[in-house]
Amino acid sequence: MSHALESQLSACAEPFSLRRYERQTLAVAEADVRKLVHDPVELLTRMVQPVLWLLIFGQVFNRTRAIPTGGISYLDFMSPGILAQSVLFGAIFYGISLIWERDLGIVQKFLASPAPRSALVLGRAISSTARSLCQMAFVYAVAFLLHVHLRFGVVALAGVVLAVMLGSAVFSTLSLIAACLVKSRERFMGIGQVMTMPLFFASNAIYPLALMPAWLRALSKVNPLTYQVDALRSLMVAGGGTTFGVGLDFLMLTVALLILLSVATKLYPNIVT
Amino acid sequence: MDARRQQKFRLKSLLLPRTCPNALLSHPTFHRSKLKQTVENSVQPNAIEVLSLTRRFNSLVAVDHLTFSCAAGATFGLLGPNGAGKSTLIKMLTTLLPPTSGTAHIAGCDLIEHPEAVRRKIGYISQMLSADGDLTGYENLLISAKLFGIPRSERARRIAQALEFMELSHVAGKLVRQYSGGMIRRLEIAQSMLHRPSVLFMDEPSVGLDPSAKRAVWDRIRDLRREFGTTILMTTHDMEEADELCDVVAVMHRGVLAALDTPEALKAKVGPEATMDDVFIHFTGATISEGGDLRDVARTRITTQRLR
Repeated sequence: MSHALESQLSACAEPFSLRRYERQTLAVAEADVRKLVHDPVELLTRMVQPVLWLLIFGQVFNRTRAIPTGGISYLDFMSPGILAQSVLFGAIFYGISLIWERDLGIVQKFLASPAPRSALVLGRAISSTARSLCQMAFVYAVAFLLHVHLRFGVVALAGVVLAVMLGSAVFSTLSLIAACLVKSRERFMGIGQVMTMPLFFASNAIYPLALMPAWLRALSKVNPLTYQVDALRSLMVAGGGTTFGVGLDFLMLTVALLILLSVATKLYPNIVT
Repeated sequence: MDARRQQKFRLKSLLLPRTCPNALLSHPTFHRSKLKQTVENSVQPNAIEVLSLTRRFNSLVAVDHLTFSCAAGATFGLLGPNGAGKSTLIKMLTTLLPPTSGTAHIAGCDLIEHPEAVRRKIGYISQMLSADGDLTGYENLLISAKLFGIPRSERARRIAQALEFMELSHVAGKLVRQYSGGMIRRLEIAQSMLHRPSVLFMDEPSVGLDPSAKRAVWDRIRDLRREFGTTILMTTHDMEEADELCDVVAVMHRGVLAALDTPEALKAKVGPEATMDDVFIHFTGATISEGGDLRDVARTRITTQRLR
């Protein structure tokens, strides 16, 4: 092989740089966060739903005392579930922005950049957490006004932040995978609805696992939302308790995220083909 | 011979000796090692070497064993009716679409073996408007700079230079959705050039632009060549654009190259008074566009609409 070709080919192989990878990942997230800063209307509209759940559903069921909640009020019991729900509902439709940006040509530009596909996927997962953290602050404010017995310790708050971020990353990546598979906005809206309700109702968000029939309980144990709610219930409200242990909750969420990220990385280029 | 003709003559002489004849590449016993051998033997590596590149969509062969090369610094125009395979070819060369068979070397890097390296060395302006309307012009450039790994110490200078070069400094802080069509295209060129790519791919760069905006974009494309020696491969439906900007034009039809030469030579082949329109019709046999589908038309219309 000639010297010229050898040096040319060796110039093609560039060693992996963690710093560059981090910069590219955060650039994807930064673009999304900057858009939110320019137009925060989306954040405001998303705040309506958790308020309705807490004010109407929560207040009514707080009076019935029909659901065993382990010694805490129903409002205390469901607040972490509503936080997880608002994260889920926000993140599960995140994939539609990918289809929209594909139609505009923005995704093609990102894919033609040297950023690895995994950095593009991870960046999107991180950007979804920014929205979820805003929702978390809002749910906390409403829950505080409704006299929910919130925990404000540094460790508890840090744990809630982590659980919210992990949950958001999990469901937004799931949404990204759905977008890469269905590819059109109309089909995605249908899929989004189909994913949301089973995830929500096959979890411990608004009733405990013990109330579920055996088949639903089995299903709930492979549902990442169950582990997110379990961690949040233990970390967010005083006396909330945990079914699986916070360690296992975080482990399950992390494993789910890693699996989904690797699938999304594989499927991501399909969105433009 | 005037300077322009001299330059075209030089580029033509660099381009015409093909390193990989089609017959060799389509032979069933042809191996990747032979492709490498071919490149190794070439005297001067071309900026783009397309080697028997093929893409099938089920039974449809969109790009059929395409082989051509483009000299460094040249502007290469790709013409052809809708559905001829131009966009599929560009998608493969920019690593957005994996080829079914064959390969290409872009700035010396193999498309299949080193896709990330290819992406480091290219800029891409898609037919659609890839500038993000919800971000400012500056933010669009900043995100691109980070994606292309331009170091922090270099970023501000490169962005300021790019804005100045494209005459967009005065609107850098405005949201892109408030830009005119010509400004958006110039911003996209600025974005794609931030990292000083060796090769720039442009998919119909002036589609939907009014005549004055189109001229402004053409001027910037000429400036890019002059300032940075960038090799440009562009697809276009605008025959005037091909004639004005391209050193070499390839006419693509049904996935293969129907013709490849300088615009002057192509016109001379068709007739003494021939225009590029005549060249197009002569080599594609199309008076009414036959190819393309609803998506092609919708994409062009959306782009045109966004540029208004």
